[in-house]
Amino acid sequence: MQRSWLRRVPIIDIFLWAVRIVVIAVILYGSFGTLRQGKYSGEVWIDFVVFGLSQGSVYALIALGYTMVYGILRMINFAHGEIFMSGAYTAYFAAAALTAGGFLNRHPVISMLVVLGVAMLTSTLIAVLVERIAYRPLRRTPRLVPLIAAIGASFFLQYTFRGLFGSGFQAYPTVNVLRGEWVLAGIGILRTQAVVIVAAVLMMLALYLFVQRTKTGTAMRAVSEDMEVAAMMGIDVDRIIVITFGVGAAAAGAAGVLYALVFPQVHFFMGFLPGIKAFTAAVLGGIGNIPGAMVGGLFLGLFESVGPTLFLEGLTIPGVYPAGIPAPYQLKDVIAFTMLVMVLIFRPSGILGERLATKKA
Amino acid sequence: MSGALRTGLIWGAIGVFLSLVGMVEAFAARQIIVGVISLGHLLLLLIALGSGSRAARQGKVWGSAALLRGLVAGVTTGLVASAFIAVGSAANLRAMFVSATPELFAFLSFGRGVAGIPLVVAATATAGAIGAAAALLPAVIARPLAVGVTSALAVGLFQELLQIILQEGVIRTAIRRLIFTEDGLPPRGALIVFAVAAGTSALLRGRRGGVRAWTAHRPPRQRRAISLVAVALAIVVALLLPVAGGLFVSQVLVLVGLYILMGLGLNLEVGFAGLLDLGFVAFFAIGAYTVGLLTSTGEHAIAHLSFWATVPIALVVSLIAGILFGMPILRIRGDYLAIATLGFGEIIRLLFLSDALRPWFGGSQGVLGIPKPTLGGFEFAGPQQLYYLTLIASAFIAFVAFRLRDSRLGRAWMALREDEDVAEAMGINLVNVKLLAYGIGGAFAGMGGAIFAVMLGSIFPHSFSLLISINVLALIIVGGIGSLPGVIVGSLFLVGLPELLREFTDFRFLVYGAVLILMMQLRPEGLWPAAAQQRELHEERVDIPLVPPVEAAPGEAPAGVEGGGS
Amino acid sequence: MRHVRLLLALFVALLLAGGSYFVPGAPAAQTMGPVTDQIGVVKINKGQPITIAYWLVISGPDASLGVDSRRGIEIAIDDAKGTLVGHPIRLIGEDSGCNAEGGTTAATKLAANKAIVAAIGSTCSSEARPGAPILWKAGIVTVSPSNTAPVLTAPDRGPDYGGYLRTAHNDSVQGKVAATFVTNVLKLKKAATIHDGSPYAEGLANVFADVFTRLNGAGSITSREAISPTDTDMRPVLTKIAAGKPELIYFPVFIAAGGFIARQAKEVSGLGSVKLMSADGTFSPDFQKAAGEAAIGMYNSSPDLSPEALGPGYKVFLDKHQKKYKEKPISAFHPHAYDAANIIFAAIRKVAKKDAAGNTYIGRKALRDALFATKAFKGLTGTLTCNEFGDCADPKIAVYQTISVDPAKWNPGTNPKKIYP
Repeated sequence: MQRSWLRRVPIIDIFLWAVRIVVIAVILYGSFGTLRQGKYSGEVWIDFVVFGLSQGSVYALIALGYTMVYGILRMINFAHGEIFMSGAYTAYFAAAALTAGGFLNRHPVISMLVVLGVAMLTSTLIAVLVERIAYRPLRRTPRLVPLIAAIGASFFLQYTFRGLFGSGFQAYPTVNVLRGEWVLAGIGILRTQAVVIVAAVLMMLALYLFVQRTKTGTAMRAVSEDMEVAAMMGIDVDRIIVITFGVGAAAAGAAGVLYALVFPQVHFFMGFLPGIKAFTAAVLGGIGNIPGAMVGGLFLGLFESVGPTLFLEGLTIPGVYPAGIPAPYQLKDVIAFTMLVMVLIFRPSGILGERLATKKA
Repeated sequence: MSGALRTGLIWGAIGVFLSLVGMVEAFAARQIIVGVISLGHLLLLLIALGSGSRAARQGKVWGSAALLRGLVAGVTTGLVASAFIAVGSAANLRAMFVSATPELFAFLSFGRGVAGIPLVVAATATAGAIGAAAALLPAVIARPLAVGVTSALAVGLFQELLQIILQEGVIRTAIRRLIFTEDGLPPRGALIVFAVAAGTSALLRGRRGGVRAWTAHRPPRQRRAISLVAVALAIVVALLLPVAGGLFVSQVLVLVGLYILMGLGLNLEVGFAGLLDLGFVAFFAIGAYTVGLLTSTGEHAIAHLSFWATVPIALVVSLIAGILFGMPILRIRGDYLAIATLGFGEIIRLLFLSDALRPWFGGSQGVLGIPKPTLGGFEFAGPQQLYYLTLIASAFIAFVAFRLRDSRLGRAWMALREDEDVAEAMGINLVNVKLLAYGIGGAFAGMGGAIFAVMLGSIFPHSFSLLISINVLALIIVGGIGSLPGVIVGSLFLVGLPELLREFTDFRFLVYGAVLILMMQLRPEGLWPAAAQQRELHEERVDIPLVPPVEAAPGEAPAGVEGGGS
Repeated sequence: MRHVRLLLALFVALLLAGGSYFVPGAPAAQTMGPVTDQIGVVKINKGQPITIAYWLVISGPDASLGVDSRRGIEIAIDDAKGTLVGHPIRLIGEDSGCNAEGGTTAATKLAANKAIVAAIGSTCSSEARPGAPILWKAGIVTVSPSNTAPVLTAPDRGPDYGGYLRTAHNDSVQGKVAATFVTNVLKLKKAATIHDGSPYAEGLANVFADVFTRLNGAGSITSREAISPTDTDMRPVLTKIAAGKPELIYFPVFIAAGGFIARQAKEVSGLGSVKLMSADGTFSPDFQKAAGEAAIGMYNSSPDLSPEALGPGYKVFLDKHQKKYKEKPISAFHPHAYDAANIIFAAIRKVAKKDAAGNTYIGRKALRDALFATKAFKGLTGTLTCNEFGDCADPKIAVYQTISVDPAKWNPGTNPKKIYP
């Protein structure tokens, strides 16, 4: 019923089909061209895929918290990227203190637990504060209002950290145990990347089980279905929302530390773009859906890593681009966002999503 | 009393926060009244005053009890500051907090270190009591006082700008010599400003209500004439601004005007039709590049048309871009729309920046050599001339937006905003209506981009970042979503004011974030709300007390502005 | 109807009011005291300060560049004992934000101030592009200590840039030095380039690629890639580069992205033995912090700040700097700013005239001409001679190799070690 109005207008349908066909044709033409050139061997393609999966796991890690808060509250927590940053940044000071005494490399496991603990604690604290001060009073307002408050919170947190700790970056210490690579089934994978991939899968499972199997999780789902009915059933809605924010933020804090292990620079702006990418990943997978965030993150990472070379390198246009599109990695976000729009055209609710997109907002 | 203690603690914590993010020290460099007070001390003073005043109001008590509450809050605030000074002097906080410099603690403790603590507490206690006393003053005295003090401080804050404005002309230089010295605003000048402002306020006070009442009792015909005169006055002021304000003020106003153009466009999408758009800067970029490429004398030129010929082209191109942009996302609703539009904005910026399209758009080196528009031998050479161009464009676009709002199409947009399904059931063609919202909104921003291109004379893809989109969204929300005068107010507030306080750029987004959060709680309908929006928000939010709408929403003024448009 | 007529009347009034502003602005000759000048005269009353302005990036992520330059100016003022032709020097400034809009606004604010005699700036080339013409329209001549984009002093830059000079090197010089070094000293035949989409990096990467191709023949540049300055995962792009089997990667980008490239290059198979080279954008201890041990052995081209190149004056300057700011210079363009201030001071001394009452008059066109006539001026960065398009630098570009990434050992010349020329 809801989409019937579009059926009456074939022009739009024709246009959308044309867009799909053109994008797919370009992708096929480009991929065919690249593969025919034979410039890249099989191992190189495997490298591209491994790098893409590990970058995708990073997106997935952040997206998990994002999507959880959205799933329960139907609210885009634009400041989630900053929650992620605040955990990673504060934990830097713990990590630096541990490194200074040499403790970090003597007892890497204990140290990492301490660092993770600091990050998760800070993130949770900040998220709960933000919820209390900025979001809670706005719970029953039109949905644009909390979104703007979230954008405000995002700026406020970024520039608070900038003011407190400076506009430069801090170099995260490296953990000796995590240097080098492990070889699995003949494929070399960097240790930090392996840790991130495993952590992302574990976190997804933990969050999924938490939401599906525990009593609190059941209460969360009840709140997500209908806040007022949940309150009538005796659920303390405020408490559940705080827990949701807290758990999502703890996940973000942990993600921050893992991120900093792979990309060892922390600065006040580090959360903004990963936050947007994670949001994209969550939407790709179907926002509000925990396994969806994982799938969306991996897809996004793969597109960004493989896409520019596969789609654009072989996209030769005689007379204009005889050797394919120059500098394709500059366009990786173009590919990522085009894919996003394509997915939304094909499946308006994301890869694994329920039909949220057309649900009444 | 515990309430006063808590208030004192909270305000004290605010003070520590502002010190740690570096605001206090940065503000300390700016003298407000030469030799008397710097902006840094003023900030601290305001915190202590605010603490006392807030504590006094909270208590719902009068007289000495309220004063006592203010005093307690002030002392508590002072103690928090003292603890901070003590910790900062004993330990090296700087290893972690870059702003916790020795200079900061010297500044906080009046140069005395830990020994200055009694002085700090005494100062905050006094300020707290004064704050409480000020909260108790009857309006007859409080208002002129507040106006006088605020005026003196504002003149001190903007002294550099005012001195530049007053550097020519006999009367102006005389005023300058009377109030200012080379270094800034001396106490003598501050007193003069205070006296003039407070006096004017006291004199006007009795009459203002009278004028209003007098107007209200006129017959409708005369009332309209009066509002017309008011509009005419406003137009004359708008016309004379660049002459009086000079080069820099004109430049800031041109920037404000560009944001007004973008704001009007986005307001049409978000405010009227309810279609969230986080990639709005794309249309601005398309407008700018269209004009740039068609008028440029540089290497990427595709034609050498005049500015006037390219403006309609830019409008059409951005209109088409809006429609093309809208088509794939017609079916997407709500939050998915936010990220899809954000993606579009980024795609456009990256394409303009890319090496792949460099032969046509110049890549990161941009498009150079865009000539200034000329009209019959006159050249719109600098900001003072471009101001008029921006003014005319804004007035024209505002007029179009105003007419659109009350048209059939406008009503269809509103219906769409309220409920898509119902709107469709009413027989509204959603496809056309949505596409027109994207298209016309895009065209408005394209107009802004056209002026932006000639203003800079060269365009770089780096100018079209996501921050611009967010800025525009924020300004229409701060101004009042769906409200046309709100766009102007929001633009002046979020674009104009920060430009005038350029040396504090580092804190721009910090304040900006805080303002957005506070706005959403205290006045989600914006500074100058649209009537419908205000009703809606007040119906829904019964649990949260709002600032009474009469106080800040000048009820009669929007009618005047709209009267001028029709 | 009445509305319409009234609006029309207002519109006419608007045109009339505006009209006075639209007369083509031929700069009027002005006579004041003993000086007549084609575009204007600044009068400084006896005892009043003489105002010099800067427009530099002093906030935001690129602030270290502008603050470094400002310190150079401040030391130059100290060296002049704070006075010039009998007046105290007053330095005022604007933040220019490292983008075109910021440059426009900063330049406009300075242009509005009639007391300004000359300006120093901008920091980023994208600011100077729209900003320099605004200043020159107001008759203010500006000298940039750190704009390196070739286009600003190109012969076809046009009369709008008539008041623009620079003491910074032109990037066409730096890219050439890098390409020559790689070809002649390292004897490498294949290279790849990466830029980050900033005008600086893109320009430099292109100059390098063009010169390198000229020296080593077509196909010697295996790929020309680009990234975003905010990217963190460089492995895919490096993997793509590895397929072309270059011997060197030239990435003249900034610290954050440069650090990731240096680190991750070691992790990509096929790039184990590839040499890395960057430019002055990453020539900083911060970069070593970002890249960690991966920076060891890396090459950087940067202005030559060694005592042999700059002479003993620079040592004295560094001592003053240490005394005044309690730290070493935080970027590379302080001597250029010092020289910029000094050639301005010299030109003012040359053209300033006094009347009997002790007031000073400076002709704006005369000042501009005196600056462009700067010849064999002994500055910190070498012997400065300005050409007719405003290039005053005596470009000395060196190539450095990083020996140690211990921040305490940062000392350009020995670490990173100067290896060329």
